[in-house]
Amino acid sequence: MEREADVVVIGGGIAGAAILSELTKYQLKSILVEKEPDIASGTTKANSAILHAGFDAHEGTMKAKMNVEGNRIYHERKEELDLDIEWTGSFVAATNDEEMDTIRELLERGNKNGVPGLAIWSGDKLRAQEPNLSQDIKGALWAPSAGVCWPFGLAIAFAENAVMNGAEILRECKVEGFEKKGNAITAVKTDKGTIQTKYVVNAAGIHADEISALAGDTSFTIHPRKGEYVLFDKAARKDMVNGVIFPTPSKTSKGILVCTTTHGNTFVGPNAQDQDDKEDTSVTVQGMNEILQSAKKLLPNLPMGAAITEFAGLRAVSSTGDFILGKSETVSNLLQAAGIQSPGLTSSPAIAAYLAGILVQETGAKKNEHYQKGRPVRHTFHTLSNEKRKQLVKENNRYGRIICRCETVTEAEIVDAIHRPCGARTVDGVKRRTRAGMGRCQGGFCGPRVTQILARELDIPVTEVRKEMRESYMFYNKDKTSGGKA
Amino acid sequence: MGENYDIIIVGGGPAGLSAAYSAEKNGAEKILILERDREAGGILQQCIHNGFGLHHFKQELTGPGYAHRCYESIKNKKSIEILVDTMVLEIRPDKTVLAVNPEKGLMELKAGTIILTMGCRERTRGAIRIPGYRPAGIYTAGAAQRMVNMEGYLPGKKIVILGSGDIGLIMARRMSLEGCKVQAVLEICPFSNGLTRNIVQCLQDYDIPLYLSHTITRIQGKDRISGITAAKVDEHMQVIAGSEFDIDCDTLLLSVGLIPENELSRGAGIAIHPLTNGPIVDQHRETNLPGIFAAGNVVHVHDLVDFVSEEAEIAGKYAALEVRKQTKEPLKDIEVVPANGIRTCVPQHLRLGAEGETVRLFMRVRQPMRKVKLEIRSGGKILLTKPLPVAKPSEMIAVDLPAEKVAGLAEKLEVGIKEGA
Repeated sequence: MEREADVVVIGGGIAGAAILSELTKYQLKSILVEKEPDIASGTTKANSAILHAGFDAHEGTMKAKMNVEGNRIYHERKEELDLDIEWTGSFVAATNDEEMDTIRELLERGNKNGVPGLAIWSGDKLRAQEPNLSQDIKGALWAPSAGVCWPFGLAIAFAENAVMNGAEILRECKVEGFEKKGNAITAVKTDKGTIQTKYVVNAAGIHADEISALAGDTSFTIHPRKGEYVLFDKAARKDMVNGVIFPTPSKTSKGILVCTTTHGNTFVGPNAQDQDDKEDTSVTVQGMNEILQSAKKLLPNLPMGAAITEFAGLRAVSSTGDFILGKSETVSNLLQAAGIQSPGLTSSPAIAAYLAGILVQETGAKKNEHYQKGRPVRHTFHTLSNEKRKQLVKENNRYGRIICRCETVTEAEIVDAIHRPCGARTVDGVKRRTRAGMGRCQGGFCGPRVTQILARELDIPVTEVRKEMRESYMFYNKDKTSGGKA
Repeated sequence: MGENYDIIIVGGGPAGLSAAYSAEKNGAEKILILERDREAGGILQQCIHNGFGLHHFKQELTGPGYAHRCYESIKNKKSIEILVDTMVLEIRPDKTVLAVNPEKGLMELKAGTIILTMGCRERTRGAIRIPGYRPAGIYTAGAAQRMVNMEGYLPGKKIVILGSGDIGLIMARRMSLEGCKVQAVLEICPFSNGLTRNIVQCLQDYDIPLYLSHTITRIQGKDRISGITAAKVDEHMQVIAGSEFDIDCDTLLLSVGLIPENELSRGAGIAIHPLTNGPIVDQHRETNLPGIFAAGNVVHVHDLVDFVSEEAEIAGKYAALEVRKQTKEPLKDIEVVPANGIRTCVPQHLRLGAEGETVRLFMRVRQPMRKVKLEIRSGGKILLTKPLPVAKPSEMIAVDLPAEKVAGLAEKLEVGIKEGA
């Protein structure tokens, strides 16, 4: 495989996908490479899924700037890109005088950062809205511009828009090195071949320091900080919260929060464990106990029996403490989008605009007159009116076959997810596009069926269908020597 | 569409088929069974082992054999219609059912009475919170059973099974017969939750080790599972530090309990019992919503399909009588309360008229016990005692309270277990 591009974006997380989409607004041939079978497989898939208002980061930092601007862009583009976002607002709960002082500081900082609508609420006013919260909460910082989102869905939306506008996404394509001339990259070497390119954007998440070092820039390091979560059944929401409740933050973390999701589940987490291993996303007993205990301070009657799954993600913490954005000082045509930890999800569209601005200035690229907004229409059977459902089944009878019982996902939606731009290739890829397998049975029923639909639609054997990662095969053939086909 | 039926049965497994059979026999004229799978029969279709039907059909059958017998008993009845590949989306208290299938599209159906026979589903990894990675190769035992027996694929070749419930035990044997190596069956309780015959026939006969009072503390492998860490637990089910050991595997099957599938019931406003996780029913299996009945694993998880059929036949009969307005107004409502040693009892209450009727009570004990006496009391009087050589949580106890004793009931019924027979 020999390819040529104006820009190669490395990494298919939310930052890389948003950047790729932004680049298609200009006459730049862009290719994104992602090492895993699907995009949004790293930090983007396991985080708090919150679009932060922007009062946490200190004034003048890239984090502060990008957060507030990113939040604004999401408000602006939610309808156009059909993004799964609920603008719930968020609270930071304070339980003593010291914490009340801290939230007042946060209010001030937020005002300096340009966060709209911040206010301090009394504990009683908070509990009127969130009746299950602890009586110990004295007051809270209210941030109306915050929201919750479907994080992989956002990355997928940007990727679909990018592909629709001519960008290319190469999955299972791992960067192995660079060809250079002087201090400039001339080509990206991958396990799927070489891509000649004029510019490279490094959005490699937890591995951004390794990619940067491969290119010759060792000015920063990234270390992983694990966060573990427990997700609860939708039925438990009445015992939990309707929005986003942070505790008063510590120095290293925004703390263990209690939070709703865009689809009516609730989660608690994350903790913050610094570690060396960039692959270790395992959950631990200690971690789960820690988050459940902490969450009980906010929500004393946590419905423990309603937990449906637990997961962990790694934050990409940079050695500079801030986002590392813009041109590398040692490699002339390398742009960094590194250290994208919280509020990275919120900041990504702003980071994309910022980096695209630099590239346009560098290359003099003209606007793409054919750029199309949005992405192909999605039909979510579960949320449609009965009239609309009737019409859909009439047009395509696969809308009449429910594959995922828990989330009411139809076969037509799954087939569509596979054939969309940058479509699903794995069982988890289907899950992240349609919610099939996200529900209370966690794919126990629909997992095998989704596997069979993937095999049919991709025209591959069932035994080649994977759950998520490169070697995550779902099923094996029956051994000929041991009884044959049943 | 708004079609009208005497009875709509939600779920075409053994409970639904048996309910239809009984409803037809008792005079219902337009019966519709809605089944979400591609054929009727339910989970029995994937249970290709034998051991079914000894009570109900007086003959030992395989799962598909039992399902076939149920199906045969209704297939030529003009009054019974089955729609397969059909999902019920909503049940309303006014007995409207919203369902969808590829052929007929979205259907809004009206029923005189409804019988809920949705069965149960398996608990998954999340519900028991096993630490570690989230790789491929972790399946519920039932999902794996379907893949092996109906679709023709293996979930893997080197297997660990967590949970010694019947499905776990049956799958240990099944995987062995497929040439897989079953490394171990782990059970957190100090006793197995499966039928004794399954321990013998599925584990001992295949030299598969059963580790009682053990659980899994970690799942290894990032892409596909590569092993687990097992550990011993104390009497409070807490892991004993230092007892951990690793077992290699490429597959983990979970058989960690079943949950009645009541999302539709809850949506309709049916009261659910916190311990059975199924609708609260009277002796006719009528729920708190008049005209909506429930039977089988959706009410409480059974260990024998024979009892599922029996319960469904009760529901089918009274649903049919209700449609024809042949049921009498009950005069009194007697609560059935589990007392010492008993965890759950179904039905949870009796609605009785002037005449008595024989009532069969199904119950489960809390702990395994030997040489005990089941005792049913009301108003300080002992109505019935039954000695039991063994009582286990995994084996449901059924006992009939005769009509003459039921007729005289004035106060709540207490069902308990006493030591010493």
